[in-house]
Amino acid sequence: MSSDASRLGFYLLIAPLLLWLVVLIILPHIGLFVVSISEKTGVREYEIGFGNYAAFFTEPLYWRTFARTAIMSILATILTLLLGFPIAYYIAKLTRGRTKTTLFLMCMIPFWVSELVRTYGWMILLRETGVFSNALQYVGLTAGPIEFLYNDAAIMVGLVYTSILFMVVPLVTTLDSLDDSLIEAGYDLGGTSFSVMREIVIPHAMPGIVSGCIVVFMLSLGNYLTPILLGGKDSLWFTGMIYTQFITRFNWELGSAFGFLLLALSSLVVFVGLKLSRQSLTETMGR
Amino acid sequence: MIPTVPRSRFSIWCYRAYVITFFVYLALPLTVVCIFAFNNSVFPSLPWEGFTLAWFFGTDAPFIGVFNERSIMRAIGTSAFVAVWVAGLAVAVGTCNAFLFVRHEFRGKALLYMLMLLPLIIPGVILGISILVFSSAVANTLEDATGLWFDGLRPGLILVILGQFSFIATFATLVISARLQKFDPSLEEAALNLGASQWGAIRQITLPFLFPAIIASAIVSVLMSFENFNTTLMLVGSESPLTITMFDKLKQGSTPVLNAVSLLLIIVSAAIGLISLLFQNAKR
Repeated sequence: MSSDASRLGFYLLIAPLLLWLVVLIILPHIGLFVVSISEKTGVREYEIGFGNYAAFFTEPLYWRTFARTAIMSILATILTLLLGFPIAYYIAKLTRGRTKTTLFLMCMIPFWVSELVRTYGWMILLRETGVFSNALQYVGLTAGPIEFLYNDAAIMVGLVYTSILFMVVPLVTTLDSLDDSLIEAGYDLGGTSFSVMREIVIPHAMPGIVSGCIVVFMLSLGNYLTPILLGGKDSLWFTGMIYTQFITRFNWELGSAFGFLLLALSSLVVFVGLKLSRQSLTETMGR
Repeated sequence: MIPTVPRSRFSIWCYRAYVITFFVYLALPLTVVCIFAFNNSVFPSLPWEGFTLAWFFGTDAPFIGVFNERSIMRAIGTSAFVAVWVAGLAVAVGTCNAFLFVRHEFRGKALLYMLMLLPLIIPGVILGISILVFSSAVANTLEDATGLWFDGLRPGLILVILGQFSFIATFATLVISARLQKFDPSLEEAALNLGASQWGAIRQITLPFLFPAIIASAIVSVLMSFENFNTTLMLVGSESPLTITMFDKLKQGSTPVLNAVSLLLIIVSAAIGLISLLFQNAKR
């Protein structure tokens, strides 16, 4: 093969990639930053300044919502890890063959279904006239209907439900690759369940834990549907605020500043998570 | 805590109870959505008013079934249109990327690979607004310069397709690259030795080998496109895909017709998901 032809082939292959990354990822994010540092001084007149960021830090509602979204997302990530780990361990280590495939599939099915449908299901279960409220009345535990929706606990249930697969799947993959004999050796050497878990299983599962936590945190932080539908009008979620600035208020400058802050936060957490666990983006995400 | 290590009966049963509770938690919302699609009441809540198929086939208000509800049928069509474009683009670009990253060594490869993974860790809303802001800026500049209209750069189906493509392409690239890495290059060399052209060898040998991964990634792309909400929400124009239409209806107050749509979605996506798994298993 001639080198000219292969060079042409190389350029033809790299062209779509560059076009995609430059036009749809890099330039839009630069554009977002540029808009976020422009202040409106008149009709279609702008000047550069950090006024939008200043507005964010001086208005308590904005930064409190931001902090609240971050804290709730961290909580959701921790909960997802705690709830998902035993399930992943059960699927990876305590089942074999067909049972294993079936359980794994049962985990996947809810996530092939639209997020909207899943959230809608929780609305039917939790609302005042919903299944839980009626069941409690039927059993006689409460006299009147109870509203389970529109509070932080409902948001948390929804967030965990929405993202738990993204924790379970990487955990199953890493736990699968742990040789059973290592665990047996741990017990033979006098280890307790706790010490075997701490010194053998968890260190081995670290890449899965990290990639699971990163994805779950990112999905919770960027979630719009679950907080709005399960948390009601006053749910105060940061993506909801971005939406309001863009679509309802048409204040794109402030909205862009919000967007950039959210992006900065999610990148920072991903970066710190990767550094603390000594993983790299290419290894955890590009499996 | 593996089968060969003895444990107390009690702890085994506690563990099992937890696993069962977990799967009930997973199944519960979807199950109630499906059940209430058949409730003969105008609200998707208890009490149970009896079994009906009106939410699928009904023609009289308020019991207008999915198949007679025009806004929903149109939204399904819009979603399908978007999904076909997104999947087509994502698979084409994903295949090129796979060849580029697996077969070629070049300066900046690691950096480009990292950039390619970025859409995985950018929240969907941000992808949406950044594309919205950028395309509007381009449209404004072009309109000021030429005095013409550039509707394609305003919120609408083209932007929805581009927005979804911007992150689904990453998934397609990863699925197809994984398969290409397992390809034995000596098969291609043999074809070249037998007189095939470079392109001929790729078309006759490599692409058929990649076929299961290409189909699997196309299916995954369609599913992701169909269920995407965050990115689409920011870029949607007058024609809205199914998830956005359902969201609007949900905000106005839900009727079991939404359950009926959801039930159909659950059945179709579970079926499509299983098919994609079969294809992915075929490649091992």
